[in-house]
Amino acid sequence: MTGAVLTESPYRLREYHAFDSGGTQFLYLVPSGAIFALNEIGREIVECVGEEDRTREELVATLGERGYAEEDIEVALTELEQSDVIFSRGGTFIEKPKVPTRSFPLQRVVLHVTNQCNLACGYCYEYSGDKISETQGKPKNMDASVAEAAIDMLIKESAERPSVHVTFFGGETLLNFPLLRHTVGYAKTKCAEVGKSVEFSLTTNATLLNEENVEFLAEHRVGITVSIDGDRELNDKMRIFHDGRGSYDVIVPKIKMLLERHRTNSIGARVTLSAGVLQVRKIYQHLTQEVGFKAVGFSPATANPERLYHIGVQKMSSILGGFEDLAWEYRDWAVAGKQHGFTNANDTLKDLHSGISKAYPCGAGLGLLGVGTAGDLSLCHRFVDSPVGKMGHLQQGGVDHAARNNFLETHNLSSRYDCHTCWARPVCAGGCYHEAFVHYGDTSAANLHYCDWIRGWNDLCLRIYGEISLQNPSFLDRFSDN
Amino acid sequence: MNSMRPMNRKARKVEDAVSAMTGDVHALQDKKNNGKVYYPMGCTLNFTPGWEVDVSGGTAGLCQPVERDLFDCYLGCGWPAQVPDHLNNAPNWTDKCASAANDWRNVDIVFP
Repeated sequence: MTGAVLTESPYRLREYHAFDSGGTQFLYLVPSGAIFALNEIGREIVECVGEEDRTREELVATLGERGYAEEDIEVALTELEQSDVIFSRGGTFIEKPKVPTRSFPLQRVVLHVTNQCNLACGYCYEYSGDKISETQGKPKNMDASVAEAAIDMLIKESAERPSVHVTFFGGETLLNFPLLRHTVGYAKTKCAEVGKSVEFSLTTNATLLNEENVEFLAEHRVGITVSIDGDRELNDKMRIFHDGRGSYDVIVPKIKMLLERHRTNSIGARVTLSAGVLQVRKIYQHLTQEVGFKAVGFSPATANPERLYHIGVQKMSSILGGFEDLAWEYRDWAVAGKQHGFTNANDTLKDLHSGISKAYPCGAGLGLLGVGTAGDLSLCHRFVDSPVGKMGHLQQGGVDHAARNNFLETHNLSSRYDCHTCWARPVCAGGCYHEAFVHYGDTSAANLHYCDWIRGWNDLCLRIYGEISLQNPSFLDRFSDN
Repeated sequence: MNSMRPMNRKARKVEDAVSAMTGDVHALQDKKNNGKVYYPMGCTLNFTPGWEVDVSGGTAGLCQPVERDLFDCYLGCGWPAQVPDHLNNAPNWTDKCASAANDWRNVDIVFP
């Protein structure tokens, strides 16, 4: 093929998601995750290329007739081509670097400090019909030797990382508070010896919070996620004790005490949405205004479609409506320079701001591992003690690097063919492995039942990002540090 | 970029990559100055070996003969390190050289 033929190849559009926000047209480029606002000439070129096949010469002629200087058109075409907005067979584009996934240093362990829970929430993946863990023969509580081995492993596997993170999970974590206290002290001492910093977080149902443990958590700057589903009526639909009593009246006074006394790290509410608990706005207002949370995040319950609490397609769209309502309120606050507490919007905007382009949906198996009470290592906390997603054993050789590498190779976005034409893949990358396993029996399956929802949500967040970037760009600086 | 504006951090990285591909070296030119010659203060800011333009920004008085350099360093830039000390030790070293282009052979040789 000669050079002459190459230069006459028509331009085509590359992959992107176009959206309008605040009267400006934006492009979200895929797979880079870059967000550009189109200028007049850029918008016209993209429109022209989208209408029909045109060569460079034809584009220069068409736009020249519309009053653009030839030099400006040439510069714009080159920019758009090299930014991967348009392409032609004879053109050039910048080679993307290949990111190595092996030898990825560990950043976080999630310790299952106990398998026990004093609540019996209907949707819990640890105990409900969708349970995948096999805890028979395993100790109910983690003991100090396992926790210490986990910390030692984290320090060793984190290689050159300057900081590591320990998350306490369960079961109800505070049922094993003595171990939690011991582990915090041990991790601090060991990390100090090797010059690493260490941070902590835990998830709790709040039933066992008291002044003593809150004081400890505040002193050690432990970030806390409290599971609560809204007001008394909504919370007590699913979040109940074993005898059927609702937990709301027990936990709210304790949460208020926690919010009052613990000011050294973030404390967020985590709402699990299920078939009867979908009133996003009502729940948000209650948890922020009545209970006092500064941050509230929502997540649909993971469930096999056969479960009664499973949220069907129709109800998922009503959740998106609720999210949209709160997200626009987030936009209003952001434009006014205030931090809104809707963490789903905050997290997605943060990802969009950095221009994240994921090869994996989350850090499971990559920078994060779960640790069971007996020392079993797993993909993440949701796979602890499950035959699926095993990643070795603390006292039997440590991390199984072969299993980890094999998992990373088979779960890379490049092997999720369903995702290859989706514009939302830079932020989604196929979705939760556990969700996929519960739905399809395969961790490597893309979560196709969520696709429309994910695209709808990301389109909404992109439009909000566009408005904030036009009206109050300095608000976005808060996302730049991490 | 004239076709679009980068809005997030990744877009700024793309912009950097594109300008690295399309950008040009701006030696003594400055686009902001409508294409006029950009004349840096002092030759040390200039990475080309020797002057490409003379002190007025033109080419009429280029470095020929090479002694022109001496005078440009000494007079134009106030940087006497490369020439004899005109104040104390060699006050007369250019007395016989009224015009560098014509009389450069008359510049004295000074031995430190």
